[in-house]
Amino acid sequence: MIAGRVRPSWLLVFAATALALIADAAPAETDDRFVAERQAMVDHIERIAGRIGGDVPQTLEPRVLDAMRMVPRHQFVPEALWDAAYDDRPLPIGHSQTISQPYIVALMTDLLDVAPGDRVLEIGTGSGYQAAVLAALDAEVYSIEIVTPLAERARNALDEAGFAGAATRQGDGYDGWPAHAPFVGIVVTAAASHIPPPLVAQLAPGGRMVIPVGPAFMVQHLVLVEKDADGGVRSRILLPVRFVPLTSGSG
Amino acid sequence: MTRPPIVAVLLLSAAAIAYQILLTRLFSVILWHHFATMVISIALLGVGASGTALALARGWLIPRYAAAFAVCAVAFGLTAPGGFALAQRVAFNPLEIIWDGGQQFHLLQVYLLLTVPFFAAALAIGLTLARFRMAIGQVYRADLIGAGLGAAGLVGLLFLLPAGDALRVIGAAGPMCAGLVLWPRTRSGAVTAGLAAVILAMAWPADWLQPQPSPYKDLSIALNVPEARIVAERTGPLGLVTVVESPRIPFRHAPGLSLTATDPIPEQLGLFVDASGMTAITRFDGDLAVLAHLDRQTAALPYHLLKRPTVLVLGTGGGEGVLRALQGGAAAIDAVELNRQVADLLSDDFATFSGDLLRRPEVTPHIAEARSFVEATGQRWDLIQVPMLGSLSTAAGGLGTLSETPLYTVEAVRTYLSRLTPGGQLAMTRWLRFPPRDSIKLLATVTAALAAEGVTDPAARVVMIRSWSTVTLVVSAEPLTEAEIAAARRFAGDRGFDLVWLPGLRREEANRFTVLAQPYLYDAAAAIFGPDRQAFLDDYPFHVAPATDDSPYFSRFFTWSLLPELLTREGTGSLTLLDSGTLVLLLTLAQAALAGAVLILLPLLWLRGGGTAAPAPARWRVATYFAGLGFAFIFVEIAFIQRLTLFLGHPLAAIAVVLAGFLVFAGLGAGVARKLAEARPRSGILLAGATLAVLCLAYLALLPPLMDMASGLSFPAKTMAVLAIIGPLAFAMGLPFPMGLSALSAQAPALVPWAWGINGCTSVIGAVLAGLLGLQIGFTAVVGIAALLYLAAGAVLRPVATDDDSAKSLHPGCQKTGPI
Repeated sequence: MIAGRVRPSWLLVFAATALALIADAAPAETDDRFVAERQAMVDHIERIAGRIGGDVPQTLEPRVLDAMRMVPRHQFVPEALWDAAYDDRPLPIGHSQTISQPYIVALMTDLLDVAPGDRVLEIGTGSGYQAAVLAALDAEVYSIEIVTPLAERARNALDEAGFAGAATRQGDGYDGWPAHAPFVGIVVTAAASHIPPPLVAQLAPGGRMVIPVGPAFMVQHLVLVEKDADGGVRSRILLPVRFVPLTSGSG
Repeated sequence: MTRPPIVAVLLLSAAAIAYQILLTRLFSVILWHHFATMVISIALLGVGASGTALALARGWLIPRYAAAFAVCAVAFGLTAPGGFALAQRVAFNPLEIIWDGGQQFHLLQVYLLLTVPFFAAALAIGLTLARFRMAIGQVYRADLIGAGLGAAGLVGLLFLLPAGDALRVIGAAGPMCAGLVLWPRTRSGAVTAGLAAVILAMAWPADWLQPQPSPYKDLSIALNVPEARIVAERTGPLGLVTVVESPRIPFRHAPGLSLTATDPIPEQLGLFVDASGMTAITRFDGDLAVLAHLDRQTAALPYHLLKRPTVLVLGTGGGEGVLRALQGGAAAIDAVELNRQVADLLSDDFATFSGDLLRRPEVTPHIAEARSFVEATGQRWDLIQVPMLGSLSTAAGGLGTLSETPLYTVEAVRTYLSRLTPGGQLAMTRWLRFPPRDSIKLLATVTAALAAEGVTDPAARVVMIRSWSTVTLVVSAEPLTEAEIAAARRFAGDRGFDLVWLPGLRREEANRFTVLAQPYLYDAAAAIFGPDRQAFLDDYPFHVAPATDDSPYFSRFFTWSLLPELLTREGTGSLTLLDSGTLVLLLTLAQAALAGAVLILLPLLWLRGGGTAAPAPARWRVATYFAGLGFAFIFVEIAFIQRLTLFLGHPLAAIAVVLAGFLVFAGLGAGVARKLAEARPRSGILLAGATLAVLCLAYLALLPPLMDMASGLSFPAKTMAVLAIIGPLAFAMGLPFPMGLSALSAQAPALVPWAWGINGCTSVIGAVLAGLLGLQIGFTAVVGIAALLYLAAGAVLRPVATDDDSAKSLHPGCQKTGPI
């Protein structure tokens, strides 16, 4: 009887110990897995940039790719989607928002062409991933999100991923963040019917603003607004995906 | 039970067709326009599967008729609202289709969940027909009248109730029908069923039945903004109209506003129809100065070319087009709006907010479908303005691919041009998409219309400009004057808009402010105005050939030639270049084929048929005949829904009237089919097939002039006209199926269930295929194919003799047009 009583408790202890060991081991294994997936994701981005790139750079800056290798993207997506976190595709993050396709994030970051210490404004924090990639490039990041729960979640994700220095706030992005203007780079991922004039005003001379255009899950073109040293503004439309428009009848 | 439950059959049939039409309404709120043909396919799948079930189990079911009918009716009552509630919880997202293979599974879930109520209702009615063979005519009439009443009743119901509550009424009809059938046998059972109906109508939680828009629709996105809230909502057959206020973070809706603009955007409310396509209601107190931002958008161009024009605005929406006309100095404005509720909101609830815009002395509001209004009027204007419809995200995602847009066809543009005063102008504004599509198709459409009007110098009459997100095209009734050209240059230059086309424009002038890698749009315009127009349109990677009334899908840009290249780039996001509407239709086609085969044909393998002394026709002949009829019937029906959408002014009206018309008249035809088959046992089928082929072709020729003649009629008169037009054709279309069945039952009764199954299965696939073909090759070709199919079917099946009535023992031989 005694043995009978003792055996279960030993089993419990054994089970508890085993569970604790597994639990301890799990993060390390997960981290290893994600590091490998991150590397694979960046390899994929490099490959397709050359293969499908439209009128955008065919090779991306190595420092941008390094930043992408560094940021734990899975921490910016809901846990249920961790298995797909490093797939080269946009993912739903709730509140009508998505986290962009990694290739598009890399492309936009590359187009912004930020140097360490540059001040960058993001309109539409969303998951916080783009802000993290910019922060990983040592940019001084300011990011505004309109949807309160998203703003809170992105703040937490940035803190946990080690990007506490990226400044965020919940609010209206239309008026920019005048207190920290001008910005060398501005990313506008929030849908807008027009480019807010205050953002153009807060762009530093020589600065660049990137706006991805398309519905959720589909960036179909990018608008790049550039301000020259004299304050003159010029914009370009860039296709992220190769398109051969005119065959016969070409003008 | 000795007499068939006529009222129950009528009511159940009405409920089932009302449910079918209601689903298209509900899903246009939840998603986009993906579901119209899919719902028809779903209903036919339910009917087809019920035919198979009946073939397998009628021996067991008929002795238990009353109980079986009651169970089916209650099942309909539960699954009609319940199936919808579950289907809208399925996480189907058409936007994710290119990324996530799981979306196909979700689409299949939706498809199967919604099939169940149609299966239940069709089984109950099919069982009644099988049980009361002596009273088939009576039952059948009830079924048809019910369908007609159901279609009309639903439209009426939607005037009274929100779509979600209409589901309660439809669901309650199920147990009521059960009660009616049980009444002669068990009063207490009937009373219980009656009570169940009341409880069922009341008990569904409101949020299960209210359509919840996808989180990616414009309304959902707007409501995510802190403190944004709905301040008004109207429902009706034409859509769910919602007005949203966002006091903390303003809307600031100003599509394509110039980068040089500094004018503040006044306070706005967001107005959404079916949760998408936001237009703004702008606060206005009569002071035109607050509208300065409207002059900084591409759509303002014509007001710089014309002096104090009389203006026709096609699509009032929130009033933006009318405000722009006021701001631009219009002398008089006619504003046409399809949806009375939208106009009422502007004139009642938000009259003060909007400065009572529609009651201003310069403004004359009209409630009408825009195209029909222009067709019917003899009036002329200096400027006809087609404002931008829908949102950028809807346009960019190809979500409108499956929506008919009668405003942007060659015929429409010709009509607009014919309503201009000398020197008058037509202006159209659209979202600018890249790679360029809409803008090029717009140019091609206008050029084709000008050519059709005998204009030899289209390039001299067109100005096109673009901002970073919008494009505005102005066509003048006469060659543009030097002064107008100079004014257009000034307007664009001052605002940083690029010139796409202007008489005398040089290529290097066309790409200055928002720079493209190449001046794609200028090059396209040069090609379209040049001698190689057709070659250019043919070779362009997207479908940019002009839309016509025959295939009025302006937003269809998919070409098959693009697909192989994009598939080789799989995993790169290149598939975003495709329109999601077309992708959804292709996936639906695949699963319609699969579901039809599995649910209708496969179970028939369990059937063991008896032989017959008569020589059996070859199986391939039977299969070809009934497959041909299945495709042909649904092809004609879908083509008519599409063609008459323009005539009746709205897709829902077209679906209701055309479905009911085909159902009733084909049923009447089926009623006389047997007599015809007896009178001409050998040649009857061939004759019917040939007659139908000729009729189809005759309708192709006659329909456009008939519609032209009747375009000025009121809606009720148009409905009667449509029924009168459909009648003879649908009547004839009701003939060949029962004639073939009658012949088959004499020669090879074992093949009868297969004939039903094959016909049902091809109808299910055909509903989706017709939509896809209409998109690709136009509906004239679809009806042409149907004519060939009828001819082939008539030629392929050669009856030997007909002296058996077993065909009547299943459904009475009406080919199915709706749920029952």
